[in-house]
Amino acid sequence: MSEATTIVRVPVRLTVNGKSVSAEIDPRTLLVQFLRETLDLTGTHVGCDTSQCGACVVHLDGVAVKSCTTLAVQADGASVTTIEGLATGGKLHPMQEAFRENHGLQCGFCTPGMIMSAVDLVARFGPNLDEATIRENLDGNICRCTGYHNIVKSVAAGAAAMGSAEAPRAAE
Amino acid sequence: MNASVSSSVTPIGAAVRRKEDHRFITGKGRYTDDMDRPGQAYAYFVRSPYAHARIRHIDATAAKAMPGVVDVLTGADLATDGLGDLICGWMIHSKDGSPMKMGSHPALAKEKVRYVGDHVAVVIAETLNQAKDAALAVEVEYELLPAVADLATATDGEQIHECAPRNTAFEWELGDKAATEAAFARAAKVTSIDIVNNRLAPNAIEPRAAIGEYDSGDEAFTLWTTSQNPHVARLVLSAFVGIAPENKLRVIAPDVGGGFGSKIFIYAEETVCTWAAKKVGRPVKWTGDRSEAFLSDAHGRDHITHAELAMDEAGHIIGFRVHTRANMGAYLSTFASSIPTYLYATLLSGQYAIPAIYCEVDAVYTTTAPVDAYRGAGRPEATFLLERIVEKAARERGEDPAEFRRRNFIKSFPHQTPVIMCYDAGDYVASLDKALEVADYKGFPARRAESERNGKLRGIGLSAYIEACGIAPSAAVGSLGAGVGLWESAEVRVNPTGNVEVLTGSHSHGQGHETTFAQLVSARLGIPIDQVSVVHGDTDKVQFGMGTYGSRSGAVGMSAIVKALDKVEAKAKKIAAHMLEASEGDIEFKDGRFTVAGTDRSLAFAEVALNAYVAHKFPTSEIEPGLKEGAFYDPTNFTFPAGCHICELEVDPETGVVEIKSFVAIDDFGEIINPMIVEGQVHGGIGQGIGQALMEGVTYDEDGQLVTGSYMDYTMPRAGDLPSFTVGMTQTRCPSNPLGIKGCGEAGAIGAPPAVINALTNALGTEDVPMPATPSRVWAIAQARASRLAAE
Repeated sequence: MSEATTIVRVPVRLTVNGKSVSAEIDPRTLLVQFLRETLDLTGTHVGCDTSQCGACVVHLDGVAVKSCTTLAVQADGASVTTIEGLATGGKLHPMQEAFRENHGLQCGFCTPGMIMSAVDLVARFGPNLDEATIRENLDGNICRCTGYHNIVKSVAAGAAAMGSAEAPRAAE
Repeated sequence: MNASVSSSVTPIGAAVRRKEDHRFITGKGRYTDDMDRPGQAYAYFVRSPYAHARIRHIDATAAKAMPGVVDVLTGADLATDGLGDLICGWMIHSKDGSPMKMGSHPALAKEKVRYVGDHVAVVIAETLNQAKDAALAVEVEYELLPAVADLATATDGEQIHECAPRNTAFEWELGDKAATEAAFARAAKVTSIDIVNNRLAPNAIEPRAAIGEYDSGDEAFTLWTTSQNPHVARLVLSAFVGIAPENKLRVIAPDVGGGFGSKIFIYAEETVCTWAAKKVGRPVKWTGDRSEAFLSDAHGRDHITHAELAMDEAGHIIGFRVHTRANMGAYLSTFASSIPTYLYATLLSGQYAIPAIYCEVDAVYTTTAPVDAYRGAGRPEATFLLERIVEKAARERGEDPAEFRRRNFIKSFPHQTPVIMCYDAGDYVASLDKALEVADYKGFPARRAESERNGKLRGIGLSAYIEACGIAPSAAVGSLGAGVGLWESAEVRVNPTGNVEVLTGSHSHGQGHETTFAQLVSARLGIPIDQVSVVHGDTDKVQFGMGTYGSRSGAVGMSAIVKALDKVEAKAKKIAAHMLEASEGDIEFKDGRFTVAGTDRSLAFAEVALNAYVAHKFPTSEIEPGLKEGAFYDPTNFTFPAGCHICELEVDPETGVVEIKSFVAIDDFGEIINPMIVEGQVHGGIGQGIGQALMEGVTYDEDGQLVTGSYMDYTMPRAGDLPSFTVGMTQTRCPSNPLGIKGCGEAGAIGAPPAVINALTNALGTEDVPMPATPSRVWAIAQARASRLAAE
């Protein structure tokens, strides 16, 4: 165990929500600890210790990962997006808007991870999501408040909104 | 009903979108673990790895020498400082009149540990990792004692507390034994049932956390904590544990990520962090991880019950006799004793006119985590028992369970049950009829036949639940043993510019009070909802309050706001009368304007608010300047939400997998302020109820080791496990509070488990289906059924 008397530090350099950040960290620092404690991005949450609940989901180079089971050093050189980075230009992301409009959250604790997973789901399956696809693919995110009913509605609505937001852009 | 507005006046009954959501969906929520205090150190608890042991010796010498360690504190340090035990605040007396046997519960164990996870020492270090590393170096010498992990045999096990022979905290009774015996003596038919109500882990997704801080200049403490009732936490930490006087202890419960009862209680961790902050002279932060939550958050349910239902020839229920053994765990948690007693047996009449009921409850200690309130708290246990035995009785009579229920429903109000409660209003036939219609009950046989053609077993099950909410009149709960009154407080502060702060003793941890309460004020004062802010969760800001649990914040918390609003309006009318040079009796207040009756002379609410503070236009010898009013509201009765839930499901006999095909919930919550939020509460409750029925169960092995200690072992419902729900309402106004509200927070968790198990027993053709009805259990039952049918 930890007989260590000197703490080893390693450098990391990555992009978080579009900003370049660098730090010297304890190599066992998890990405979620780095985000929450070093960068004070406390929107990413920790709800379990077995990589099950998904409250910690962020995007690493555009792909959803559980930041509680990713070492910060693994994100060296990568680009990370957290819930704080989802809204752009002072405008909520369609998925954020959909969660509010459809009452897809209650206590709000699982919500950041749920929204980040939902955005990833649209990236993987497109904007026309049926209920079964949504339910099956939210398997890695646990909510205790909503019974998932309104989360599923939110994800479907958010996906559709992302689709129609992208369509005109594609046409440009 | 689709008002997505926040900048307008919001009528009662509109599905106003939530004000609090913006911070949650943008990652700007402020939960306890999101906060850091300057100079803070981190706490990590050394916990007992054994269920039951004597502590011979603790040696922290090596741990204290580890890098970054600030201090290691034990129960001996607590004792030296004269700190009191954690307490249970509800006194129950046994049948023989003796008071309950409350075992000593120090925040850090002294002579003994009594469950795996019990707190032995705390390591405080510069970083959390250093605290965790050093915790491994704390040497604790234990003398092992036999675990008492099995509820059924616990009274014969090793004695856990010196004060509690046979590990019994109390043997309690309610109801008329003689009348019930007489009913059974003349019964034409008796149905009996044996029920295990499975033990659950509440699992708010935010783990508990605490930061204690001590200001040596003011000699005052601040505790940030994940609490559903910060004032109650302050009271207990002051009056019983003795950390500091109330005026020197501020408790802040900021954004709290779900509670479901588990964050009502005053736990060892926040106690120790507060106390240790002074001891080490630095803020001390602790954040629980999920494993610690499974080990030491108070669990819920865990009953073993035998019950009998007596009926006359015509199928009227004439008596109900219940004997329950309730698991209290290793210590009596904050409200633990009230759960299997006054929140349980008082609901055993359900929706039925039962003339005689007698219930005995034996509360038993085991070497497991303490058991206390979890969503529904006693009422799900009562409802599950009653709705299972009623279903069974109907089936044994060869009668449609819906019609058996209908015959026995209470149909006139008020109705005094034989178990304390006086139901004030309801229409149980209406919710049954609506549920049967929405669920297409009549079409079930055809759907069952179709399932059978596909090799599936289909079942349908009802549950007609009632709950007592809004707890409750202070004198009433006091007479039943509560150590506190259960009123609520509110303060309405109108600012000079006409916007409003509402301070409430309720606490929101997902319920959306910031929206619903603001909606109420907006509608009443005729001001836009974004001009109303709701302040809660800070003992320095809010006058005393009792917090949020038992579906009480609407019925009790909002009633207090109504009382304060009445006072605001009355005073504002006096001021308006002077401003308009009219008599006070002629002033009408409507849609945010004070008008002289019969004229077009009027003032906006904000104009009157400003003048209340400017105080130029009224005699301050008669009317005090300012516009701020407070109120304490004590309810006159419990409220009685009720409803009918119907579950239809399909079993695959080859795999044991249960698929819920439809879940219909028709509830009567009285008046509703925000239907969107109410429906959300129902959804969440149903999710937890289905979880109890099919998936969840805390398991200890015979040595008292927690087998279900993580999300790898304890099955939480996930999106793919649940269907979408069909939720509807019927409505009878609650007569006991000014808003006519009954409460909605627990209904789903109460109504769902019996509906699911009644459907499953219907599908499988046996009454013997335990919770959780996991695929392996269901598969075994389905296979036995197949063998039985083959043999016939």
